[in-house]
Amino acid sequence: MATHSATHDDHDHKPQGFLDRWLFTTNHKDIGTLYLVWSLIMFLVGGAMAMVIRAELFQPGLQLVHPEFFNQMTTMHALVMIFGAVMPAFVGLANWMIPLQIGAPDMALPRMNNWSFWLLPFAFFLLLVTLVLPGGAPQAGWTLYPPLSLQGGYSIAFTIFAIHLMGISSIMGAINIIATILNMRAPGMDLLKMPLFTWTWLITAFLLIAVMPVLAGAVTMLLTDKFFGTSFFNAAGGGDPVLFQHVFWFFGHPEVYIMILPAFGIISEIIPTFSRKPLFGYQAMVYATASIAFLSFIVWAHHMFTVGMPVGAQLYFMYATMLIAVPTGVKVFNWVATMWRGSLTFETPMLFALGFVIMFTIGGFSGLMLAIVPADYQYHDTYFVVAHFHYVLVTGAIFGIMAGVYYWLPKWTGFMYDEKLGKIHFWWSTISVNVLFFPQHFLGLAGMPRRIPDYNVAFAEFNMISSIGGFAFGLAQVFFVYVLWKASRAGVKATDQVWEGAKGLEWTVPSPAPHHTFQRPPVIDDSKLAHGDVTH
Amino acid sequence: MAHAHTETHDPTLYYVPHGTRWPIVGSVALFSLVGGAALWLNGWAGGTVASLVGFVLLLVMLWGWFGDVIRESIRGFYNRQVDVSFRMGMIWFIFSEVMFFGAFFGALFYARALQVPWLGGEGHGALTNEFLWPGFSAVWPTNGPANIGGAFETIPAWGLPLVNTLLLLSSGVTITIAHHALRAGQRGSLLFWLAATILLGLVFLCIQLYEYHHAYTDLGLTLGSGIYGSTFFMLTGFHGLHVLLGMIMLTVIWFRCAKGHFTKENHFGFEAVAWYWHFVDVVWLGLFLFVYVM
Ligand SMILES: [Cu+2]
Repeated sequence: MATHSATHDDHDHKPQGFLDRWLFTTNHKDIGTLYLVWSLIMFLVGGAMAMVIRAELFQPGLQLVHPEFFNQMTTMHALVMIFGAVMPAFVGLANWMIPLQIGAPDMALPRMNNWSFWLLPFAFFLLLVTLVLPGGAPQAGWTLYPPLSLQGGYSIAFTIFAIHLMGISSIMGAINIIATILNMRAPGMDLLKMPLFTWTWLITAFLLIAVMPVLAGAVTMLLTDKFFGTSFFNAAGGGDPVLFQHVFWFFGHPEVYIMILPAFGIISEIIPTFSRKPLFGYQAMVYATASIAFLSFIVWAHHMFTVGMPVGAQLYFMYATMLIAVPTGVKVFNWVATMWRGSLTFETPMLFALGFVIMFTIGGFSGLMLAIVPADYQYHDTYFVVAHFHYVLVTGAIFGIMAGVYYWLPKWTGFMYDEKLGKIHFWWSTISVNVLFFPQHFLGLAGMPRRIPDYNVAFAEFNMISSIGGFAFGLAQVFFVYVLWKASRAGVKATDQVWEGAKGLEWTVPSPAPHHTFQRPPVIDDSKLAHGDVTH
Repeated sequence: MAHAHTETHDPTLYYVPHGTRWPIVGSVALFSLVGGAALWLNGWAGGTVASLVGFVLLLVMLWGWFGDVIRESIRGFYNRQVDVSFRMGMIWFIFSEVMFFGAFFGALFYARALQVPWLGGEGHGALTNEFLWPGFSAVWPTNGPANIGGAFETIPAWGLPLVNTLLLLSSGVTITIAHHALRAGQRGSLLFWLAATILLGLVFLCIQLYEYHHAYTDLGLTLGSGIYGSTFFMLTGFHGLHVLLGMIMLTVIWFRCAKGHFTKENHFGFEAVAWYWHFVDVVWLGLFLFVYVM
């Protein structure tokens, strides 16, 4: 398989000046790096907010912060982690890896790619500045339900406009990814030969373009209800606060798949590599991903069972939601079947991938429990929900991102990370994250409500355990930053292939990948692709 | 901008620009625009100035960015594959716009099919009606049980809205004729029919503005007229803004046609704007049906 990293026509050199390199860049690798570094910063900011929450909940009673500030922390933690950490991390991975995986010279629309990233710092300035404005940051939860969310002060307009900018950024990023995948594949890289990370991102990008505008519509209605006298969410004027919940969750449910499908893709790359076997059921994986995406549009009201809904609607949304377990089960089965009788080794990416499979599945099962209408009447808005979505998002999405980072880091920096430190990071994170979130299931089942700074003394022990796990997990991520910093500067030189069992175009270019790759499309040799033989 | 003017490019390769300054200008512009708006909404002076500066900067950015792209296009940097990327970009952008309107149409359908009947006591809303809003009966149009915004009348569909529908439908025809003229290489005919399209859009917008004025001064129908006023003005208002944007795009394209930027085979800029115009047209048909007629 030919690689043309050294033989192309012009400009292999990186731009010299700092601004030229980072602010004005059109290079998919540099923009990918910007996204990933940004995501790491936001991960630490959002993590610091989580530490405030767990510190206040360490003991019953009000200790450290005012309840208003506690509410600001729960709201901002979610917004920062979702829109600042998880989504940009996946876009960063997409920027770095999709052109390398499909043999493209860059993203399809390189200037717009720059804009997608450089909107984010401005958007998050607007969001974070509310912390120091009179009245503080938004307090109504990231879901911004009216009428509560409209009772805030200065923060409302800033938050809504920040969300608009984040939405524009996401939509442009998604358009770029779709155009890249559909238009920039090297000759011979058929759709059903694409790596699964690229596949899952193609479907994710479609979800983003479909639902981010709906979120924009929802928050625009909030804005006009607050400032321009409309009555969308005001029953006195013939509106309905529940309308907001419908529009919001029409965005919100696909959004949770936006945050997990790319992780499915990463895991589907890593498990075959470290099992030294082709992925079991490649096509089934593609179709399962597409089915999940389709179903994600028609299940939104499972977030609203307790709000008051006709029984028929509750039944429909319950069964439709439970249907998602089928394609998700296909995926988990295929990951396990890929490992079956493989020659397994357990480097850090594989450890995170295994952690993902087990703990994401726990989150999936608690999600099934929440889908059951009568059970949800009990679980709704309790810590059971908090435990559920943190299993899906932390040990799911974020473990997936970390697996991907360890997996591809040698390709980015040219150095192997310190395997021992990586393993320490994995075990430290995995143990502490379970200490952090597993007790929250019990708290929720016992009736502890979420988003409240104080609680009954009956919940004291589990909260203290959870907080200790939280602090340990937070510290583990500071350690993660150290591991990354170390790996970016020095280490064992990485080979082109990096991992013994790795297959695909991205492993044919040098490590670190040169500034420009595949300026002329590579010649594809099916036998060297992970999925060149579509029959498996 | 960067070095686009001095470079040459091998058209067998996909063109990847080396650096660009416009996106960061665009970010500063949008930040200033919405940050200023947020300040203004919170009653802080100076917000409108910041918004205005942001808006002007946004126009500068669009002018500069599109200028770079047009120059590169004329210099032949863009091969067939780049062209396809632009097409996909435009198609998916329009799809995102469809979904944005979908949110407001969804609100309208929900209001009419569910929430207003529930307030009137239908289904599980019996007690809501009995205890919270006694005497409210569900009829559309409504400004809700508290009569928010006071009494109002609606605009009958078969007057000016029908005229507007015919105007926009004709503009869809004229832009298609213009496209055929472009493909046949008849620049005179192209410019005429394109101008006709812009003119039809302009008349449409004038009628919309007249209608708004009429609604506010004579009919008592305002943005604050409960759920009817909210859905009516938000849907028609966002549509009107899109017509305005489409007209600006058409005008730019008219000048580009006059300067001879497009060839019979190669005129994606024209086609993109035509797609956008058809999209605006289709949204209007939905509006006419669901907002005015039904
Ligand atoms: Cu959901």
